[in-house]
Amino acid sequence: MNREEIRSQFPELNRKVHDHPLSYFDSGATTLKPEPVIKGLNQFYGEDYATIHRGAYLLSEKATKAYEDVRAKVAGLIRAPKSSQIIFTSGTTDAINLVANTYGQAFIKSGQVILVSALEHHSNIVPWQMLCERVGSVLKVIPMNDDGVLNQEAYEKLLKENEVALVAFNHVSNALGTINPVVEMTALAHEHGAKVLVDGAQSIAHCPVDVQNWDLDFFAFSSHKVYGPTGCGVLYGKEELLKSMPPWKGGGDMIYSVSFEKSVYADPPARFEAGTPPIAEVIGLGIAIDWLLSIGLEKIEALEQEVQSYALERLPEVKGLRLIGKASKRAGAISFLLDEAHPHDIATLVDSKGVAIRAGHHCAQPVMTRLGIPATARASLGVYNNNADVDRLVDALHHVNKIFGV
Amino acid sequence: MSYSSELYQQVILDHNKKPRNFRKLEEPTHICPGHNPLCGDHLTIYIESDGETIQDVCFEGSGCAISKASASMMTEAVKGKPVEEVQTIFSQFHNMLTGEMDPSSGEHQLGKLAIFEGVKEYSSRVKCASLSWHALVGALDMKKDVSTEGDKDPM
Repeated sequence: MNREEIRSQFPELNRKVHDHPLSYFDSGATTLKPEPVIKGLNQFYGEDYATIHRGAYLLSEKATKAYEDVRAKVAGLIRAPKSSQIIFTSGTTDAINLVANTYGQAFIKSGQVILVSALEHHSNIVPWQMLCERVGSVLKVIPMNDDGVLNQEAYEKLLKENEVALVAFNHVSNALGTINPVVEMTALAHEHGAKVLVDGAQSIAHCPVDVQNWDLDFFAFSSHKVYGPTGCGVLYGKEELLKSMPPWKGGGDMIYSVSFEKSVYADPPARFEAGTPPIAEVIGLGIAIDWLLSIGLEKIEALEQEVQSYALERLPEVKGLRLIGKASKRAGAISFLLDEAHPHDIATLVDSKGVAIRAGHHCAQPVMTRLGIPATARASLGVYNNNADVDRLVDALHHVNKIFGV
Repeated sequence: MSYSSELYQQVILDHNKKPRNFRKLEEPTHICPGHNPLCGDHLTIYIESDGETIQDVCFEGSGCAISKASASMMTEAVKGKPVEEVQTIFSQFHNMLTGEMDPSSGEHQLGKLAIFEGVKEYSSRVKCASLSWHALVGALDMKKDVSTEGDKDPM
């Protein structure tokens, strides 16, 4: 599929917004959905719907197989050794909370340090703060420079000078688009005996991921940021870690046997999937993965990097525009400010031209505080964005300046 | 021209660039900082009042054009007015922003403030337009601070 063929798979791109064609630049928040995912959900709800893991009837057995087959698809996508290492959650946030409440609760001790990076989304900060409050561990931060690049020397120093139990950082920053050196950072953490959790919410749709080669202990991502449905996500964990972890949420489906005296818990992944899961959403994620792999992540990466380069070249043409975050290796998000217009005014005004961008702190307030700004405007890319979208964004920003008398 | 551009042209060119009463009172009788955690807008309202009438009101802070212009126009609208009337204007303004009142039909005391009616089309911006009013009422109620988080305004 070439770019235009890919675009034609997204029905929402055919609609008008305020009488303009839609240029959608909020894929960092959530991606639009391709036709096969929409049709697949319709088909499942309309013809094949049934619960899983219980019913001894054809439809339930088929639904169970469809659901369980997605584990293998996810394992293929992120190169996990076994599908039993894929746990379905409600999203990245839920996956990180799961690790904090199971691995963290059981194995991270008072006085030990949890490292997070200065680039984190609130979902990779708050669960660790809550864990620290419970177990008496200490949260420390890997600093970044003004370009939004993590300071690797400071990171190494933190690992040397503290008893670090776990390092949690994102593969790609949702606020600035910085790609972090996952392989190097993971190897360094392991040298110092720390486990590693990588938040892949912002990388999964943009580049190949290899949890095995990268030696990650935990990796999390959300379905809805990778062209799948909302309400489901994934936690990958190393087998021995998952097996050692106690359950978090109790309920049906996560047990072998229950009596009022004692319950015996199931092995992973079932141990961590209490209750009826988001069946349709997981099946939809499977369709999204098939769709993604039919194009190929290497190709998607190349297509997006082309548009990103074009955007980074064209945006500075806009008078008073300042790019926020200048990492040389980047993907997804492009944050910026205008001299005269506040990010919220920018977002409202470009919307009037059919251009959808995000404004605010992007759930990464510490990033904004570090850079001394209250908010940014953010254009984030998906596989469907083309140079014409970038042209419309640039024109819309000229329009904002005109309104503000620039 | 789209509604947002119209709204912005009239409001921005005047009150955003040259906000009225954009200053601080050294000895206010009432003061309240307001904060919108969603977008980082923050401003402080200073009031001089005997409890019956608002003798003076001014503000300081930073935020988007909508919040700045709204604060600026609010100070002009309430200065010299009885506190009771200010409460009425606030509830009318709030009802207009949430679409519960149409300023083109029925009686109201909004005057120039009716220009903010277009904000109701952008529910995420309602808090920008109402921040200064929440801080004003917070100041009159002697609150330490107000936040638009948890407010019943739509996001």
